[in-house]
Amino acid sequence: MTITTLSKLSADLSSGKVSSVELTKDYLSRIEQSTHNAFISTCPDLALAQAQAADQKRIDGNNSPLLGVPIAQKDIFCIDGTQTTCGSKILENFIAPYTATVIDNMHKQGVVSLGKTNMDEFAMGSSNETSYYGSVANPWGEETEQLVPGGSSGGSAAAVAAQLAPAATGTDTGGSIRQPAAFCGLTGIKPSYGRCSRYGMIAFASSLDQAGPMTHTAEDAALLLNSMAGFDSKDSTSLDVPAEDFTRCLDDSLEGIKIGLPKEFFGDGLDNEVATLIESAIKEYEKLGATVKEVSLPNSHLALPSYYVIAPAEASSNLSRFDGVKYGFRAEEYTDLTDMYYKTRSQGFGDEVKRRIMIGAYALSSGYYDAYYSQAQKLRRLISDDFDTVFKDCDVLMGPTTPSTAFEQGSRTDDPISMYLNDIYTIPANLAGLPAGSIQAGLTSAGLPAGLHLITPYLQEAKLLNIAHQFQQVTDWHTKVAPSIAQGGQ
Amino acid sequence: MFNWDQRWEVVIGLEVHTQLQTKSKIFSGSSIAYGAEPNTQASALDIALPGTLPVMNMEAARLAIKFGLAIDAEINMTNVFARKNYFYPDLPKGYQISQMALPIVGFGEIEIDTPDGVKTIGVTRAHLEEDAGKSLHEDFQGQTGIDLNRAGTPLLEIVSEPDMRSPAEAVSYLRKLHSLVRYIEICDGNMQEGSFRCDANVSIRPRGQAELGTRTELKNINSFRFVERAMEYEIERQIDILEDGGKVVQETRLYDPDKHETRSMRSKEEAHDYRYFPDPDLPPMVLDQAFLDEIRATLPELPTAKKARFETEFKLSSEDASLLTNSREVANFFEETAQKSKAEKKIVANWMIGELFANLNKSELEIAESPISTSQFATLLDRIADNTLSGKTAKQVFAALWEQEGEVDDIIEAKGLKQITDTGAIEAIVDEVIAASPDQVQQFKDGNDKVIGYLVGQVMQKSKGKANPQIANQLLKEKMS
Repeated sequence: MTITTLSKLSADLSSGKVSSVELTKDYLSRIEQSTHNAFISTCPDLALAQAQAADQKRIDGNNSPLLGVPIAQKDIFCIDGTQTTCGSKILENFIAPYTATVIDNMHKQGVVSLGKTNMDEFAMGSSNETSYYGSVANPWGEETEQLVPGGSSGGSAAAVAAQLAPAATGTDTGGSIRQPAAFCGLTGIKPSYGRCSRYGMIAFASSLDQAGPMTHTAEDAALLLNSMAGFDSKDSTSLDVPAEDFTRCLDDSLEGIKIGLPKEFFGDGLDNEVATLIESAIKEYEKLGATVKEVSLPNSHLALPSYYVIAPAEASSNLSRFDGVKYGFRAEEYTDLTDMYYKTRSQGFGDEVKRRIMIGAYALSSGYYDAYYSQAQKLRRLISDDFDTVFKDCDVLMGPTTPSTAFEQGSRTDDPISMYLNDIYTIPANLAGLPAGSIQAGLTSAGLPAGLHLITPYLQEAKLLNIAHQFQQVTDWHTKVAPSIAQGGQ
Repeated sequence: MFNWDQRWEVVIGLEVHTQLQTKSKIFSGSSIAYGAEPNTQASALDIALPGTLPVMNMEAARLAIKFGLAIDAEINMTNVFARKNYFYPDLPKGYQISQMALPIVGFGEIEIDTPDGVKTIGVTRAHLEEDAGKSLHEDFQGQTGIDLNRAGTPLLEIVSEPDMRSPAEAVSYLRKLHSLVRYIEICDGNMQEGSFRCDANVSIRPRGQAELGTRTELKNINSFRFVERAMEYEIERQIDILEDGGKVVQETRLYDPDKHETRSMRSKEEAHDYRYFPDPDLPPMVLDQAFLDEIRATLPELPTAKKARFETEFKLSSEDASLLTNSREVANFFEETAQKSKAEKKIVANWMIGELFANLNKSELEIAESPISTSQFATLLDRIADNTLSGKTAKQVFAALWEQEGEVDDIIEAKGLKQITDTGAIEAIVDEVIAASPDQVQQFKDGNDKVIGYLVGQVMQKSKGKANPQIANQLLKEKMS
């Protein structure tokens, strides 16, 4: 069994080999039969209506690349008329009355939305284990040993890896696209901050959140990003830059490309096998004509602590609106207003969310703001400056996406810090707002994917995708289907 | 006049929330029109649906800058929105978008008139923020109704320095500020509708002490009269506490106008920690000089300048000039009338401040609703100037104009009010009066000049107010000498 790419589906639809309605029905059926718990809900009525409309448009002569292609959408995006839970009980009964801009952009290109994928509650997590709607099984794991798909976009990653959708949307605040992409053998891209609109995307940490594509290939990621990105006047942090075609330089030669390897990303804590796979990947790049040198991001050790002050602080404020007053879950019994707030939020939120709200409130509180929040924002500037320095004579930075491969369900839930350490390599790019991605570098002896992490300067997604694409021209890791799925056969 | 023990010095600072006259809310496109059905002017953003984001309505910034320029304040060319976090049902996001460290308007000054002359009151800052919704506690059988129409309405919070030293000064400042925001058309100043809300910080300290005493915050004061009375009560309350050896508790108190007392607000929490931080959804607002210049060009002649001009150009007293420049509409009415009429400006002023204001107040009308137009008013004043009417008959014509009985000349005709200036006719009446008042005539001849008033009065009475009093006066004197 091989992977199904967006490019292939686009070609098949274009040639008339298959219709959008057929494709959509097929995927909906696979989702229904799957046991990965990758989806919180599906929207068959919407999907089929969209598929029918797409097929009709094709007859009328429309031929845009993603017309009629089914995509899975992370349940953090509001889609008009759909249950939008953000992985939480507190939004279990919330039906969005409007559609997020990035999704709307995709719909305008003819994309079909299959359903809403599972995720860590309010995007807080690295394993999809904090979801109110249950854990997600990583297709690369086995029946006897359930592995996490990563998080927070665990459902999206598992859906694509399990062939339940050819691609999915995710969001990335500290690594939530790239880390699950690494754990599930996918290509995951977090664009430059401001590239994709945040309107309609339920906010976790406003200065860090970004939507992005999760696909099998860099080419697919470029196609999907094309349909998602763009200035939105409804988002004041949206970048007002001209529209780009992110596929425009996929085929550029990498001759003379300068790769920097930050030594801080190869230190203690990195699994040996992962390190080896990364080294092999780097050698492939050298064969493609790239030069490699060691660089340093001296303040990167401050990235994780800064992130775990800034993100919870912003989240503690963003989540205040979930108070049982206007929409969403409200506790059934309460004695007065304060009691209603306590009970609603205690019952409606999971432990990790409560943990981060408390950390965030503390970091912003009187007497601690200067020492924590303010200080973290200053450190953020230093971390960002480090990147400016190294990018003076590097085109791209590389390293491992995660310190390990996918771990067992339940193995890190007792120790939040060990869970937070998952994001140690991915977080700096969020703090600096830089475009970053993960592609599959290879499989370990246990048969688990490891991710190669790439970071380019601000607004250079096209370059990033080119660099990723060229690796995928000379290797075939990205084409591997998880054994449990390949054996299932379809 | 309110007096208290002069051992104590009163320190008052005022925070005024003015609702800005934009078409839509500060961060959403919803209307801010008053009086709509509940929750009909609350969009997805206003009710804080997940995923919604604020977008700045620059008209609110424009009006804020206009205010800053009008009080000669610093404008912060880079200013930042911050989140003020707290939970309350009428605050949908669980935070209010406001400004903390870098407000749009910095330090400025407002001059007020006091019995001891002009005093300058400092304005610490003015910042933009969004209003919360309304909580309605009646009508819902033990529950509270939340109306989010008001949530997101743009406010300019104007904070004064603690420069006021008496309730009267505080009221003077408020009136000046109220007049100013209406002058520059940034706020309609409607206190009943909540467009202009005042909170007062009141403390006392022993006279001569530099350190400020503990202050209390008075809220829910929605008229100028209540402001003064609430402060007076609070000052006395604090004096009583301190004189008994106690300590004033820093708290928020509500004024009850029926009982004339302030009461501590029923709340269990200690002082709020609002956990302010810059709002990551809104980039810093960066202004350029061209924008400021454009706004400055829209400023009208401001009250202080207009008052000064009225004093010099029209030779009015400070008091009269002040009354006539209280609002742009009043000032315009005066100037239009003065321009149309040949009467002396002082006469125009007197008639406006006297007869016109009195009638407007009695009928509870604004000057814009005056039944008498500037043209009619000007004509009336002309008829006094040309002796067609005396002061008394002019008042009758005024009353008739107010009831819209017709034009000035028509009324004079209809009521036969033309003043008698024919010396012969007046002479006849003068002779009658002299004949009828021998005692008073004798008093005059004996040197009592004042009795001429009585005699003139008699002539006026006999002529039903129509005799020209100056001519009557003159004739009486001639005939009695």
